[in-house]
Amino acid sequence: MTDVNHPPHDPENPAVTEGEELSASNEEQKLTFAQLAQTGHAPTELDPDAEPVLSVDNLKMYFPVKSSGLVRRTIGHVQAVDGISFQVPRGGSLGLVGESGCGKSTTGRLITRLYTPTGGSMQFGEKKQDIARMSNRELKPLRRDVQMIFQDPYTSLNPRHTVGAIVGAPLEVHNVVPKNKVLPRVQELLEVVGLNPEHYNRYPNEFSGGQRQRIGIARALTLNPKLLVADEPVSALDVSIQAQVINLLQDLQQEFDIAFLFIAHDLAVVRHFCPEVAVMYLGKIVEIADRESIYNHAHHPYTQALLSAVPDIKQAGQGRRERIRLEGDVPSPINPPSGCRFRTRCPLAQEICAKVEPPLLQIGPRHKVACHFAGEIGRHPATPVTSGLLGVDRQGSPDPAVTPQPVGTNPGYDKQWFDLDSQQMVSA
Amino acid sequence: MSDPFLVVEDLTVKFPTEDGLVNAVTDLSYTVEQGKTLGIVGESGSGKSVSSMAVLGLHDMRTARITGSIKVGGQEVVGLGESKLRKLRGKEVAMIFQDALAALHPFYKVGSQLAEAYLVHHPKASKREARRKAIEMLDRVGIPQPDRRVDDFPHQFSGGMRQRAMIAMGLINDPKLLIADEPTTALDVTVQAQILDLLQDLQREFNSAVIIITHDLGVIAEMADDILVMYGGRGVEKGPAKEVLTRPQMPYTWGLLSSVPDVHGDTASKLVPIPGNPPSLLDPPTGCAFHPRCAHVDKVPGNKCVTELPPLTAGPTGAGHLNRCHLADPVGVFENEVLPVIAPELLEES
Repeated sequence: MTDVNHPPHDPENPAVTEGEELSASNEEQKLTFAQLAQTGHAPTELDPDAEPVLSVDNLKMYFPVKSSGLVRRTIGHVQAVDGISFQVPRGGSLGLVGESGCGKSTTGRLITRLYTPTGGSMQFGEKKQDIARMSNRELKPLRRDVQMIFQDPYTSLNPRHTVGAIVGAPLEVHNVVPKNKVLPRVQELLEVVGLNPEHYNRYPNEFSGGQRQRIGIARALTLNPKLLVADEPVSALDVSIQAQVINLLQDLQQEFDIAFLFIAHDLAVVRHFCPEVAVMYLGKIVEIADRESIYNHAHHPYTQALLSAVPDIKQAGQGRRERIRLEGDVPSPINPPSGCRFRTRCPLAQEICAKVEPPLLQIGPRHKVACHFAGEIGRHPATPVTSGLLGVDRQGSPDPAVTPQPVGTNPGYDKQWFDLDSQQMVSA
Repeated sequence: MSDPFLVVEDLTVKFPTEDGLVNAVTDLSYTVEQGKTLGIVGESGSGKSVSSMAVLGLHDMRTARITGSIKVGGQEVVGLGESKLRKLRGKEVAMIFQDALAALHPFYKVGSQLAEAYLVHHPKASKREARRKAIEMLDRVGIPQPDRRVDDFPHQFSGGMRQRAMIAMGLINDPKLLIADEPTTALDVTVQAQILDLLQDLQREFNSAVIIITHDLGVIAEMADDILVMYGGRGVEKGPAKEVLTRPQMPYTWGLLSSVPDVHGDTASKLVPIPGNPPSLLDPPTGCAFHPRCAHVDKVPGNKCVTELPPLTAGPTGAGHLNRCHLADPVGVFENEVLPVIAPELLEES
C-alpha cells in the first residue's frame, strides 16, 4: 500500500522518492518545501457523466415532540428534513452546507440509516435498492458499503478499546476475513491513513486529535465502502491539521473510488473538497449546483448571504466588507413559516413567498434553486420567475389562465432546464 | 500616538504538573493601544489563551508560576493581590469567552447577571438602576425587546443572543480593554458576521483597546490592526495585519496560510499542510520550536534552527514587522517559493 503523503495518483512527482516519504514511522525524515508542495492538493474535479451511487428522493424526517406529564402525547413534529432530493455520483463528492439546525447532520444519519426516515426513498448502489424502508436484517450487507466519519475524534472512539480493536471491529461484525487475517488488514489500513502500523496496540488517548481522526477514517475504510458520510470531519481539528486530513480524504477518494457526502459548515473547506454543493435551510435544499455556480453565481438570497458572511483573508487592514446582513434567527422547525421557509429573513420576500413554496427549479445544466426571485446578486428579477410554472399570479393566488407544469421532481439533473433570461425551457 | 494601554513584557507562565513543568507561555511581549485591535493567532496549546488570562490575573497564584510584567493602564498586574485584581476585572479589563452557554450561570436570569457585574463596580447604585443599565446594554448589543428578555434565563437565548449578552456584560462598566477569546468560533457564519460587526461598532463607540484571540485567519484579517502569531508558547511573528497576512516572514505563518482553503480565492490554489503535530509544551524542541515541522530548515547554514533559538527581531521590511526566524531572506523565499504554490492568482495580478 502506498503512503498517503506520497500520492499514488501523482505521476509528475519525481521529487519524492522512496524512503523520503513522511509518515508516522519515520517522522525524522524531512521534506523540503518543493517536496511538501507536491503533497498539497488542488480541489477535486467534477465528473459530469458519473452514474449516481446514491439517489435521494423527497426524503423526510419528522421527530415527534411530546408533551410533558404522564400521558406524553405527540403535540407536534420537528421537521428536521422535509422533502429533500439529490444525487451523489459514483466516486464524487456532494457537499452539504448550512447553519446549525438546518438538517444536514440528520440527512447524514438518514443515509447511514441511523434513523428511519418518515418518508421518501433512498436508492443505493448499482441495483438501486431502496434503503429507506429496509429492515435491519436486509440492511446489514448494505451497511458495509455506507460508512461514516464523525466530527469529534475524542468521543467517537471507545477509550477502552485498542486501535486494533476499533479498526478491526467492522471486520468481525461482518465476518469478512478469518480471525488470523484481521490484524494484517488493520495494519494495512493504519498505514493507508498515515499512522504507524505498529501502533495497533495503543489506546486512543495516546494519539493527538488529528491522529484520532485518522483512526476514525481507517475504521470507516475497513469494509471498502462505496459511500462515506463525513459529518464535519475536520471542524474539531487545528488549522494546520485540517489540511492534512482533507488531503488524506482526497487521496483515499481517488485511490479507492469512494463517493463522499461531505457535511460541513465551513464553506471554504466544502469548496475545496466538493465539486458539487447543496445548501440547506430549515430542512430544505434551497440551492444545489456545481462548485462554480454556487460560489460564483449563487442565485438564492440565502446562499448569497452565507457567502458574503465568510470573513476574507484578503481584507487585511481594510476593515469589514459590506455584506448582506440577515436579521434575526432561524425560525423553529416545529412550526416553520408558510411558503418559502427563508422568507422571514429574506430581503427579497414578497406576498407570493408566504403563499406558495418555491419549487427546486433547474436553471442551468447543473444548477437548481428554490426561489421565486432567483437571480445573481443585485440582479434579482422584480416579478416572480416561477408564477407561470406554478399556475399562480404574481401575488401567489391561483391563476386559472395558466396551467401549472411539474417542476423539481427529478433528484438528478434534467437535459432541459428553465432559462431565467428567456423565461422558457431550453436544452444544451 | 498615546501610550499603549496594555504593555506585556517578557511574560512567562509555567504550570507544574505530574509529568513536569509545562512551559505554556515563554518571553511574550506585546502592547495594545486604546482604540486598536490586536489579533492573536495560534493553534490550541500555543499559549494564546493562557497569556490573555494572565492579563486578568485569572491563574491560580498557588500553582502557576508567572514572571515578567503586565501593565494595564500603568498598573502592574503580575503579583497584584486579589482585592485589587477585582477592581481591575470588569472595570478596566473585560473578557468575552468562547462558550457563552458555559460562561453564563444557568440558574440566574441574564438580567441579574448583567446587573451583578454593574453593581460590583458601582456599589452605591440601586438595584433598579442596575437593572435599567442591564436593559440599556442588552438594547445596545441588539437584543430585541430588551425589557422583556432581561428576565430570561440563558437557555432561553439562542447561541448568537447569548454571545451578545456576554458582550453586553463585558461592556457594562465601559472597560478600556476587551479581550475576546474565540468570540465567534462556536457560531454560524451569518451570526458570526453579526457579532463581529457589533464588536467593531462598540469598539468605535467606546474607543476601547481590543484583543481578539482566534485561529480563524479570515476573522483576524477583517478585525485586527496588528497581528501576533504564537507558536509553542512564544510570539513568532508580529506586525501590522496587512503586512503579516500578505508578506509573512515566518514559515509557520506561511503554513497557516497554505493550509486553509479560501472561499473567495482561486479554486486552483493548492492546500499544502504543515506536516507533523504541534510541539509538546512539556518538552519543547531545541532551537526554533517550529523546526521539526519547518520545510525551510535546510536553507539556514550550520543547523542553526535546531541548536539556536532565533530572536524576535525586525525583518527586512522594517521595524514594525518582527519575526522569529533564522532565514536570511524570508520575504524572498515566501514570494518565490511559497506564493506560487498557494496563491498563483496573486502573482499574475501583481
